[in-house]
Amino acid sequence: MAYTEEELKKELETKEYEYGFYTDIDSETFPIGLSEEIVERISAKKNEPEWMTQWRLEAFRAWKKMDEPDWANVHYKKPDFQAISYYSAPLKKDKYESIDEVDPELLATFEKLGISLDEQKKLAGVAVDIVVDSVSVATTFKKTLGEKGIIFCSISEAIQDHPELVKKYIGSVVPVKDNFYAALNSAVFSDGSFCYIPKGVRCPMELSTYFRINQAGTGQFERTLVIADESSYVSYLEGCTAPSRDENQLHAAVVELVALDHSEIKYSTVQNWYPGGKDGVGGVYNFVTKRGICHTHSKISWTQVETGSAVTWKYPSCILKGDHSTGEFYSIALTNNYQQADTGTKMVHLGKNTKSTIISKGISAGKSQNSYRGLVQVHPRATNARNFSQCDSLLMGNNCGAHTFPYIEVRNNSAQIEHEATTSKIGEDQVFYCNQRGIDPEKAIALIVNGFSKEVLNKLPMEFAVEAQKLLEISLEGSVG
Amino acid sequence: MITIENLHAQVEGKKILNGIDLDVKPGEVHAIMGPNGSGKSTLSSVIAGHHDYEVTEGTMLLEGEDLSEISAEERAHKGIFLSFQYPVEIPGVSVTNFIKTAINANRKAHGLENMPANEMLKKIREKSALLEIDSRFLSRSLNEGFSGGEKKRNEIFQMAMLEPKLSILDETDSGLDIDALKIVANGVNKLRSKDNAIVVITHYQRLLEYIVPDFVHVLFDGKIVKSGTKDLALELEAKGYDWIKELA
Repeated sequence: MAYTEEELKKELETKEYEYGFYTDIDSETFPIGLSEEIVERISAKKNEPEWMTQWRLEAFRAWKKMDEPDWANVHYKKPDFQAISYYSAPLKKDKYESIDEVDPELLATFEKLGISLDEQKKLAGVAVDIVVDSVSVATTFKKTLGEKGIIFCSISEAIQDHPELVKKYIGSVVPVKDNFYAALNSAVFSDGSFCYIPKGVRCPMELSTYFRINQAGTGQFERTLVIADESSYVSYLEGCTAPSRDENQLHAAVVELVALDHSEIKYSTVQNWYPGGKDGVGGVYNFVTKRGICHTHSKISWTQVETGSAVTWKYPSCILKGDHSTGEFYSIALTNNYQQADTGTKMVHLGKNTKSTIISKGISAGKSQNSYRGLVQVHPRATNARNFSQCDSLLMGNNCGAHTFPYIEVRNNSAQIEHEATTSKIGEDQVFYCNQRGIDPEKAIALIVNGFSKEVLNKLPMEFAVEAQKLLEISLEGSVG
Repeated sequence: MITIENLHAQVEGKKILNGIDLDVKPGEVHAIMGPNGSGKSTLSSVIAGHHDYEVTEGTMLLEGEDLSEISAEERAHKGIFLSFQYPVEIPGVSVTNFIKTAINANRKAHGLENMPANEMLKKIREKSALLEIDSRFLSRSLNEGFSGGEKKRNEIFQMAMLEPKLSILDETDSGLDIDALKIVANGVNKLRSKDNAIVVITHYQRLLEYIVPDFVHVLFDGKIVKSGTKDLALELEAKGYDWIKELA
């Protein structure tokens, strides 16, 4: 890959963050505990139609009969599901009167990420007079999207305004009984995002849910549904590089993607939930179900940068139902201190000439455990299915672990499956080489880690990629001994 | 520039340097020659501040400042550069990205802002031309899959970019064919000035035909056993190292 003058220049320029677009979310708080009554109350609160209430109740009844899965390579104290409030209000009120009251460590991190003072206030929950820029930006964007017939709103709004679409697709990719956490989410989800791109429309901007400003509004049980109609395209961003000091220990989100014929969905995530202290106390349990279905000639790309949470259980997957459909999974999972991550993907090849690519980069530091778990499944009808998987692990120090659990199930002889895996350790000679050039050890580690993760970072939208690089750097601070 | 007195150093308890004295002044080029295992590479690592090497006795002063408590990266900030005998690979980090990171780290240490992109671009273009490096090379991962010649050329490219006060070239000639050697030597010569100094560590006299030293020192068993001018290098070439061992 040769550089053109232009590319060289581009690489040298300092990239600035530009605002994405986001949706607003609001909610309230319910008493703790879970019962049919609570599920009905959530549904009533949101003024949902009867079919939605019944759908939730069906999920709740299924969930009651299910056991929490324990096959993942993670160890934690199981949450008490009756001790959680299932309808919480993250934006209920500003936590601080002025920025001086905010944890200085948090502010220092914001500083490093290059987040403006106004945004810092917003993220930390400090009262801000007006939401800078975002209102006008949002209005402009909403108009542009509306002209193209794109629907982008909260899922609650979608249930009210576009019930036919929601009814048709919700639970169609992740059924209510799919797994313990998906069932729980289906019963109690408070809000989330909905996106519909009409036939033949190429969404002109990156859509983002909780990007930056309203990141603080992320709920405990989010529900996201993205539908790309025939021959459409959308790039969707989720998450936030800024640290999320969330009081909710359990997060169980569900994301469903529907890519109809000849469409493409690119879904990028940066997850930076509170990982717990250096001693392993506290931190978020992140049990997420993400899945997309690909119809004929369509494509779904999952890209994720996972640096947060104490425990992560997450397998963004693709059901390659249509012939000639493509699934991609690009992942960076970084664990430090006592974090545990069990993450990977499932590529289910049902259609003919389906293709999938898996690139997983696991980085383990401190006393953390990082597992890749991936399934490549080729069904009898899936003639000429192809998969390429590459799982690389990078270890720092002698107290962490990297694990790879690849599952390959092939029931069609024409399939071509490739799997590559490497494990390496950051070499002292690499660090010394950097030191000798004036680069301090922490920066050297960050450079090496970013180089290791490059293939995945390159898949992220530009501004997101720059932030993700900084995030990797910050997440490894203090891991150099 | 650098004044080394009675320097003793060991690695993993094994004594390698046994009392080195060396005084390099601005504008000078010194060559350090010696047989394998005489401590040449150890000397370069010790000057660069590698933490595996323990200085047990003696002093190193860079422009009068004691280096003993100064980390490797701080020594780099103060203008010490080591061209490695075996440059390491850093996959996924391009030559451009690496040098940009290094330059900005050095600037930061001196309280300067990052170098503006245009200025960096101009400098990269100028210095890569000096070493006859094409732009395709700049986008490759650092040292990954580089030939021996490319690695060494890249080291000197970094030296040109960083403009150090004291450059130590550790066996820069090893692995180079004659054409690459000429390019590298030509690059080094263009970087010579009255304000900087260069220490060339080499086993053979060949490189010194192109980078002509002011002084030549012979290292044996962790000590400088003989010093002289360029003629000493020729004498070593002609007579080998055996007679030196008798001086020790």
